[in-house]
Amino acid sequence: MSTQTKADIEEKLYLNHYTVDTQSHLSIKEQSVCAACQRKICLTICPAKVYEIRDGETSISYEGCLECGACRITCPHSNIEWTLPRGGFGIQYRLA
Amino acid sequence: MSEKFDAIVVGAGVSGLAAAYVMATNGLNVAIIERGRKPGAKNVMGGVLYRKMMEEIIPEFWKEAPLERPIIEQNFWLLDHNSVVKTGYRGMEWADMPHNNYTVFRGKFDQWFAEKCVQAGALLINETAVKHCIVKDGRVIGVETDRPEGDLYADAVILADGVNSLLAKELGLHTEWRKDEVALAVMEVLKLSADKIEERFHLNRGMGATIELFGDGTDGMVGTAYVYTNQNHISIGCGALLSQMSERTTTPYELLERFKQHPMIKPLIEGAEPCEYYAHLIPEGGYRSVPPLVRDGVLVVGDAAQLVNGIHREGSNLAMTSGRFAAETVIRAKEANRFDRQTLSHYERLVRESFIMKDLKKYKTASKTLEDNPDYFHHYLPAVNDAMKEMFTVDGVSKSEKQKKIIKRFLRNKSVLGAARDGIKLLWAVK
Ligand SMILES: Cc1cc2nc3c(=O)[nH]c(=O)nc-3n(C[C@H](O)[C@H](O)[C@H](O)COP(=O)(O)OP(=O)(O)OC[C@H]3O[C@@H](n4cnc5c(N)ncnc54)[C@H](O)[C@@H]3O)c2cc1C
Ligand code: SF4
Ligand code: SF4
Repeated sequence: MSTQTKADIEEKLYLNHYTVDTQSHLSIKEQSVCAACQRKICLTICPAKVYEIRDGETSISYEGCLECGACRITCPHSNIEWTLPRGGFGIQYRLA
Repeated sequence: MSEKFDAIVVGAGVSGLAAAYVMATNGLNVAIIERGRKPGAKNVMGGVLYRKMMEEIIPEFWKEAPLERPIIEQNFWLLDHNSVVKTGYRGMEWADMPHNNYTVFRGKFDQWFAEKCVQAGALLINETAVKHCIVKDGRVIGVETDRPEGDLYADAVILADGVNSLLAKELGLHTEWRKDEVALAVMEVLKLSADKIEERFHLNRGMGATIELFGDGTDGMVGTAYVYTNQNHISIGCGALLSQMSERTTTPYELLERFKQHPMIKPLIEGAEPCEYYAHLIPEGGYRSVPPLVRDGVLVVGDAAQLVNGIHREGSNLAMTSGRFAAETVIRAKEANRFDRQTLSHYERLVRESFIMKDLKKYKTASKTLEDNPDYFHHYLPAVNDAMKEMFTVDGVSKSEKQKKIIKRFLRNKSVLGAARDGIKLLWAVK
């Protein structure tokens, strides 16, 4: 993915208001499953670019999560532990 | 807090608020639990709100609710790479009160609606997520929240927790949605002055328009892109079946950027300032994906029950009406003091006999027909654009020559019979 789109998405997320928790509401069940995963759909399906590969592992920038649920449904190995942020935390939309 | 309520509503979206309002105004002791800092904080809609269904809950709500613009024109565009075929309807009867529908911001609308529920006597508990339903002897008797000592009890629990509905999943009412049962939508709200909006969309002061786009707005995937006018903002977004979206390497935000840059769209939003960026799933499974709607002590409403008519971008109205039906059922159950599945199945009956199930049934094959026949988007839609170009281009070629050329284009690599069959299938699915 080009750095252009990375900048684009960061700019978009910057528009939003979040109450960021200190703990992640998302986690990878087994990094070894990710390592063997061919498609790595999470990298492209996530509209907030939460997932990235860092040092050979799937890393999660949960702070920008829009809580859509797409990653949970598309991960071909059901390898994402997907929960809701604690009450009052996460994305807080103001308009639409 | 281990107080007992007549009913607990999980989720302050339009379905939950409709349910809470109807129950509270009928004297029931109701608690609404919402995980956002305020109602609407987690909710996303284009969004067009339909007057009729809202008015069945709060008559003349339009006199006080925060609304953006009454819609007087609805457009459908068939978008190709560098061209578009436009249809639509503008009716000045829609400019008069009471209007047909309105654009709204859910961030404002849900907050107002929740305030009405509180005025009617409901207890609103924000910033609280429900972790599990409390089940005893197979019957839902309350909810466990993420607050300390946060168990709450009730005769009936209404799950209005939206498309992801982890709670309905946990109860086994539905398993995980398949990728072709939901669409992923991304959207932005852009700031643009009322004057500019009215000039660009040819609107009288305060009036609104919507554009629904098929084809290039979703890069040929089954779904729609849309542009809606608000008072001082434009809502712009696109969404497609998750099954198709996940086959692409294009990210959802690249798809949205591409749409914003489209030559047919760019002039409409030129100079508009992005304010907020959204992503949300839309239930698209339709009739066949609707789970069982009740169990002992529990009812499921709105998106949590897949009650969305995707072909007509109707969701909020089905959500509200299902919430109202659930409330009427709980009021009835309270009179009989019975909250078992059989008593609550009255709600299922109301949903089945209303426009909700009738419409879902009517369009049950629409999304599948489109998904199974990529030619509609990849072949016929560009062909319609070409046909219009051909007929409008004055180049000395006779009109009958042009018509022959158009037919040939439509039939490229197809038999007449095959094309007719495609046409009939589509008509049958979306008529
Ligand atoms: C991009 C987009 C555009 C749309 N456009 C339109 C349109 O133009 N017109 C239209 O009619 N419909 C439209 N829809 C559909 C419409 O938005 C939905 O059908 C409608 O919002 C469903 O209402 P709901 O109350 O069932 O769910 P939601 O509005 O999703 O509400 C669910 C609520 O439950 C809360 N919640 C979830 N889990 C918990 C928990 N465990 N504990 C506490 N609270 C919880 C959430 O925070 C949320 O407030 C659109 C949808 C999308 C995504
Ligand atoms: S798609 Fe699932 S298994 Fe594959 S890399 Fe992403 S999280 Fe891991
Ligand atoms: S829920 Fe949506 S935004 Fe959050 S990580 Fe998953 S795909 Fe990304």
